[in-house]
Amino acid sequence: MGRYLLRRLLQLVPVFIGTTFMIYALVWAVPGDPFAGKCGERRCPDQYIAFMTDKYHLDQNIFVQYATYMQNLLKGDFGQTFSGRSINDIIATAYPNTLKLAVVALLIEAGIGLTAGVLTGLRRNGFLDNLVLVSTLFLIALPVFVVGFVLQWLFGVQWQLVKPTVSSEMRFSELIIPGFVLGSASMAYIARVARTSIAENRRADYVRTAIAKGLPMRRVVGVHLLRNSLIPVVTLLGTDLGALMGGAIVTEGIFQINGIGRQVYRSIVTKESATVVSIVVVLVLVYLLMNLVVDLLYAALDPRIRYE
Amino acid sequence: MSDILVSEQSAPGADGSGRPSGRLLEVDDLRVEFRTRDGVAKVINGVTYHVDAGETLAVLGESGSGKSVTAQTIMGILDTPPGFVTGGQVRFHGRDMLKMSAEERRRIRGEGIAMIFQDSLSALNPVFTVGFQVAEQFRIRRGMSRADAKKRAIEMLDQVKIPNAKGRYGNYPHQFSGGMRQRAMIAMSLALDPEVLIADEPTTALDVTVQAQIMDLLGELQRERRMGMILITHDLGVVADVADRIAVMYAGRIVEEADVYDLYAKPAHPYTLGLLDSIPRMDEKGQELRTIKGLPPNLMNIPPGCPFNPRCPMAQPVCREKVPPLLQIGRGRASACHFAEELVSRD
Repeated sequence: MGRYLLRRLLQLVPVFIGTTFMIYALVWAVPGDPFAGKCGERRCPDQYIAFMTDKYHLDQNIFVQYATYMQNLLKGDFGQTFSGRSINDIIATAYPNTLKLAVVALLIEAGIGLTAGVLTGLRRNGFLDNLVLVSTLFLIALPVFVVGFVLQWLFGVQWQLVKPTVSSEMRFSELIIPGFVLGSASMAYIARVARTSIAENRRADYVRTAIAKGLPMRRVVGVHLLRNSLIPVVTLLGTDLGALMGGAIVTEGIFQINGIGRQVYRSIVTKESATVVSIVVVLVLVYLLMNLVVDLLYAALDPRIRYE
Repeated sequence: MSDILVSEQSAPGADGSGRPSGRLLEVDDLRVEFRTRDGVAKVINGVTYHVDAGETLAVLGESGSGKSVTAQTIMGILDTPPGFVTGGQVRFHGRDMLKMSAEERRRIRGEGIAMIFQDSLSALNPVFTVGFQVAEQFRIRRGMSRADAKKRAIEMLDQVKIPNAKGRYGNYPHQFSGGMRQRAMIAMSLALDPEVLIADEPTTALDVTVQAQIMDLLGELQRERRMGMILITHDLGVVADVADRIAVMYAGRIVEEADVYDLYAKPAHPYTLGLLDSIPRMDEKGQELRTIKGLPPNLMNIPPGCPFNPRCPMAQPVCREKVPPLLQIGRGRASACHFAEELVSRD
C-alpha cells in the first residue's frame, strides 16, 4: 500500500511536466498580439513593449520561457498578469468560490442521484422508475446553458424565489440552483448507474444469503446490497469531483460567480497566457490527485482489489 | 390434497433433547410455478416431505427436479416473480409459514431454519470479512455488543474446525480456500443454533477429498445439536453415509421415499433404479457407462400420466394415462409407481 502510493505519486511527476508543457505550448501557439488594445485607442509605445517583452521574456523561445516559468512555479510563484497583479492572488480569491460551488453540486448530485437510483433499482418498472428514466434522459440531453438559463429565469425571474445571480458572499442558499445546474448531468448518470448496479446485485447470491440469515430488510439493502453497488457510483463521483473542481465556465458565467472558470475564460479573452497556464496547472494537479484518491477509495470499498 | 401416506417412524421428543415434540418441519402438497414470458413452468407439483429433530433427510434428484426450489420456498427466498407458490403448506412446529407475516418468517430464518448454499464464494458477501458475516448474526439478531459477538463468532469458526480461527476472523471470503469457505458458511448458518438445517448441495463445488471432510463435519454437528437436516444433493455417494431417509424427486414430485438401506437394497421406483444403475462401477471398467435414456420432461409441458413414462423401461399403457400417487408400500416406504409392489418383490 505504501509502496503503491509512492509509485503513484512518482508517476505524477512526468504526467505533470507533460501536461503543463502541452498547455504552455498551446497557449503560446495561439495567434494574436498581447499588446493589441492594451493602451487604449492607439498603439502601445515602443518603450512599453520593449520593457514588457524583457520583463516577461517574450522574445525568448518557448523552451526557455517554459523553463523560467517552471522554476518560479517550484518556488510557489505563479507569476504576474500583464497589469502586474499576482496570479497567486487571483487563484486564491477565485478558487474558494469554485470549491464551494463544486461541493454543493457534488452533494446535490450524490444525494438526489443516489436516492433515485436506489429506489428505482429496488423497484423497477414502477411509476417512479419511469419518471426517473425520462427525467434523467432530459437532463443528459439538455446542454448546461439551457438548464442554467431556464432555471435562472424560472426561479430567479418568474417566481422570484431566489436572486437570479449569486452575490459575492456566496451564501449556501444562493448556490443551490447553480449547484443543481452544474451537477444535473452527472446526477442523471449517477441515478442510472446506481439503478443498474442495485438491480443487478439485488439478485446476487450474497443478498439471498443475507435474507436467509434472517436480517431485517433495511440491513440487507442498506449494508449488504448498497456496499457492493456503490463501487461504480464512487468511481463516477470521484472523476466528477475532479471535473467540478476544474471550475464551470458556463455555470459560473450564467450566475456571475467569480470562480476559476470565469477567470480562465477572462484570461483567454484578454490573452493573459501566464494566468491561463497557471490556473490550468492548478487544475491538472487537482485532477491528478483526485484520481489517486478515487483509486485508493476502491480498495476501501472492495477488498478484492489489492495494490502492489 | 392428494392421499399421500408417508413414514410414521422416528418418534420425536423421545430423544431427551428438550426440544418440543411433534413434527418439526413438514412440506405438504407444495405447488410452485414459474411464470415466464415463454409460459408457465410447473416446477413443484405436490411435494410432501417432513423432517424431525435429529434426523437427516436427503432429497435426491437431477438438476431441474425442483429440490432447490422446494428448499427456497421453505426458507422464503424464492425469487418472486417469476416463482409463485400456488398451493400447499410449509409447516414449522405445526404452523403454516406461508400464511405468516413477513416479519414472523424473518425471525424463523437463521434461528428456526437455516440454510447453507452450494457456491460459498458467491454466497458470502465479497466486501465484508468472514468474521463480520458470522458476528453479524450475534450482533443483529441477538443484540450482542461488538466485542461479545466477535468472541462468539471466533468460537463458531473454531467449532467448524477452521484452524487459527482468531487469526482468520479478519480475512475476506476470497482469501479462504473453498473448503474453509464452506466451513465458514456452516458456522454462519449454525450461529443461532437452528432447529432445521437445509444444506443445498453443500459439497458440489468442492474437491472430492474436501467433500468428505465437509460431509463428516455436517454429520457431526447435526448429531451434536440434534438438528433436523435436509440434505439436497444429486450425488448418491454423498447420501449413503449421512442420510437416515431419502426422498427422490423427479419433475417436481417425490417419486420415492425410503430409509437409506431399503432404497439402496430394493428401489421401489424405476427412476431410482436407473439412478443407482448409473453409478460408475470399478468392476465394469472400460465398458460404456450406463445412463437413463432421454431427458427430464419440459416443465412447461409435462407428459400426461407418470412424468417418467417416456424414459421408463417398464412403461405400460396405464403409465401414459394415470398419474401414480405416492402410496405407502411398507413401513416408512412410499413410491409413486404403478408397479412398485412388483419392483420390490422382484429377485
